[in-house]
Amino acid sequence: MATIGDIHSGGLHGHGHGHEHHGSYLERKGGLIVTIWDWMTTVDHKKIGVMYLFAILFMFFLGGVAALVVRTELAHPNVATVTATGSVTYSGNTIGQVFGQGENIAKSNEFYNRAMTLHGVIMVFLVIVPSVPASLGNFLLPLMLGAKDVAFPRLNLASWYVYLLGSIFAVISMVQGGVDTGWTFYTPYSTTTDADSLRVVWMVTAAFILGFSSIFTGLNFVVTVHKLRAPGMGWFDMPLFVWGIYGAAIIQVLATPVIGITLLLLIFERLFHIGIFDPRMGGDPVLFQHFFWFYSHPVVYVMILPGMAVINEMIATGARKPIFGYRAVAFSTLAIAGISFIVWGHHLFTSQGEIAAVVFSALTFLVAIPSAVKVFNWIATLYKGSICMNTWNLYALAFLWLFTIGGLTGLFLGSLAVDLHLHDTYFVVAHFHYVMMGGTIIAFIGAIHFWWPKMFGKMYNEFWARIAFFLVFVGFNGTFFPQFVMGSQGMPRRYANYVDVFQPYHMASTIGSYVLALGFFLHLLVFLHSLAAGKKAGPNPWGSLTLEWTNASSPPIEHNFDHEPVVTHGPYDYDNVLPPQTAPGEFVLPKPAAVAVKH
Amino acid sequence: MASIHADPHLPATDHGHADDASKPYHERYHAAHHFKSRDHEFDSVKMGVWLFLGTEILLFSGMFVAYAIFRMMHPEAFIAGSGKLSVGWGLLNTVVLLLSSYTVAAAVRHAQTGNQKWLQINVVLTFFAGLAFLLIKFVFEYAPKYAEGKLPGMFFSYPYATSEYEPLWWGIYWGATAIHASHVIIGMGLFVWIWLRARKQHFGPGHYNAVEGVGLYWHIVDIVWIFLFPLLYLIH
Repeated sequence: MATIGDIHSGGLHGHGHGHEHHGSYLERKGGLIVTIWDWMTTVDHKKIGVMYLFAILFMFFLGGVAALVVRTELAHPNVATVTATGSVTYSGNTIGQVFGQGENIAKSNEFYNRAMTLHGVIMVFLVIVPSVPASLGNFLLPLMLGAKDVAFPRLNLASWYVYLLGSIFAVISMVQGGVDTGWTFYTPYSTTTDADSLRVVWMVTAAFILGFSSIFTGLNFVVTVHKLRAPGMGWFDMPLFVWGIYGAAIIQVLATPVIGITLLLLIFERLFHIGIFDPRMGGDPVLFQHFFWFYSHPVVYVMILPGMAVINEMIATGARKPIFGYRAVAFSTLAIAGISFIVWGHHLFTSQGEIAAVVFSALTFLVAIPSAVKVFNWIATLYKGSICMNTWNLYALAFLWLFTIGGLTGLFLGSLAVDLHLHDTYFVVAHFHYVMMGGTIIAFIGAIHFWWPKMFGKMYNEFWARIAFFLVFVGFNGTFFPQFVMGSQGMPRRYANYVDVFQPYHMASTIGSYVLALGFFLHLLVFLHSLAAGKKAGPNPWGSLTLEWTNASSPPIEHNFDHEPVVTHGPYDYDNVLPPQTAPGEFVLPKPAAVAVKH
Repeated sequence: MASIHADPHLPATDHGHADDASKPYHERYHAAHHFKSRDHEFDSVKMGVWLFLGTEILLFSGMFVAYAIFRMMHPEAFIAGSGKLSVGWGLLNTVVLLLSSYTVAAAVRHAQTGNQKWLQINVVLTFFAGLAFLLIKFVFEYAPKYAEGKLPGMFFSYPYATSEYEPLWWGIYWGATAIHASHVIIGMGLFVWIWLRARKQHFGPGHYNAVEGVGLYWHIVDIVWIFLFPLLYLIH
């Protein structure tokens, strides 16, 4: 095992070797135009990661606004109305304006459907799928592996521009009035609705294009992990973040092409009416559901695996303990990725044969095993740790609660008899929000706090960030817990109006969503304050042991490291390796009693 | 260890020694700065290409699944539709693509041995094989079928259809062959790129990633056709 000297020889203090100037990657190259051009043409994985981060956060804002529109509409059993000029009135008060105008959206139910679809499409395709991998994965993967860049830097830049192109297509569809199909684009509705316009085609094309961005990123990451690990870093010396990103990348590469052909066929069907999904012409709409979920179920794990990936880093650093059961966590990642491909049928329990439903139900329960392995290992990691209560660790702990609730309610839905009752109710909505948002987004926001000092070299205000966390946590549960209750009582999803008896739950949910929005707004202020006036961050403010903290400055230099790092200790050897310090004596090794737990 | 240069592909001459400007590009070539050596880069690129080919197979597999399901549901439509294809032109196109598989393999071999002349000849031949495939496809297959109204879905207007679901068959036929043809067109574009670079002596024994990658891609295009041909033309 390593000595402290080994780590320092890795070149934390940077500029010693003199013949070349190593500036931070954020250093401006010249005037405004030069700087913008430099960012637009950069092949530096860090800059691409940061650009992704801001784009994704902007899309998160748009999707969030759509969610608030949906929740506002649902606060009252009646529906809001849209006037001919496009202003939205609710109980006689004007509460907003929609982009598109004209009689085709002048119906309130349609308006609701469009807002709901907008929320779903943006959050799934533009936010959650790329969230952790494209932003933090891009930034951190090479740093954690001790590499200078991802394997294919230009492909990486291409993936960013493909993402932008896809976003533009989505925005074109939105500006024309958006679509009302739901994010799943189920046929035959998606092939017949809005027959007078190409909005659905724009939106489906957007999802098709975004798929390529996802494939490029995934392919890049798989090759990077295989080929660019620093000397001394075997597969089981990698941080578990890398394992999670690797598992997600494999799914991205193997599942996304199937949604590619599906959406292509949907576009053909829509434009040329080739009949593949149209029963009148001998086609089969259920085939679309199979194709769609063959991609979209694995992609659920593209969303959650990177979320789990960042939790590993935050839990281990936050507890100052080695991850419990490293190999179990690593292999459970691969197990989840593998099983994810054989459970798509649980989205079609009502539209397939009984035997198939039973088989898919059984396979679905299988996913719970590796997921539970991870959760138990994180809890065991926390056991007897000296747990810090920084904002990012609060998020990691919140993740454990929320993901567990989301995962366990998934078992309800996976069992056929119960699903008959819960199918297409708010119970399902609450379940996947607890996983997608309570899992991925919560982990994502926590991870942004965790790596913020590394990315921008600035600390954030811990006090206000904790307040914001509190608002988010309370708001999240306030929004979605009532949905479990009303769902189990029979409130169906995707309706703008409902019977009065559900109003208290809907009202609670809507108030919760406002608190949630307030929390995110506060986070935004904290981040802006940090960028403008944050304290300068040291190289390793949290005392972590992965390479991006021990061997790179904050923010890292353009080529990441002064020297290629040589890995001499595991990523979680907190028992016997002292992290490099920002201030002397900042971090200490555990007392000798704890060191007795040797590998 | 590769040294770090401002432009990793054309090392600055002031470093002297191995970077003699009189040598051809492929001998002067340095791996990109994040790779240790050309071999390291070559292995990585090759792995990336194979992964990409995996995505191509999965893309087409969706088409094949749709074919299998609808063939099972409506065998009479598929038999009727399949009988209206011209096996002769299909067979000729199969031969053309198989020959192009040879020429592209030869191109890779000549890149490996540094035979610049025959590298270029084979790249050009492969390009023209792709062009021949498209011409045969468009002139002798798509055009007559378009004229007769053997078109997918709502555009179907062929008056002598024997099965109610024949439009669906034509949807599968046009969909599958059009997606394949788009891959042929992309491949031809890649061969233009390879030819332009080959003329500047970019490829040689130590550096032929691009030729190899594009060659692998072209083989996938061939293999997909090898499956499409019997499925669409031969099985009645």
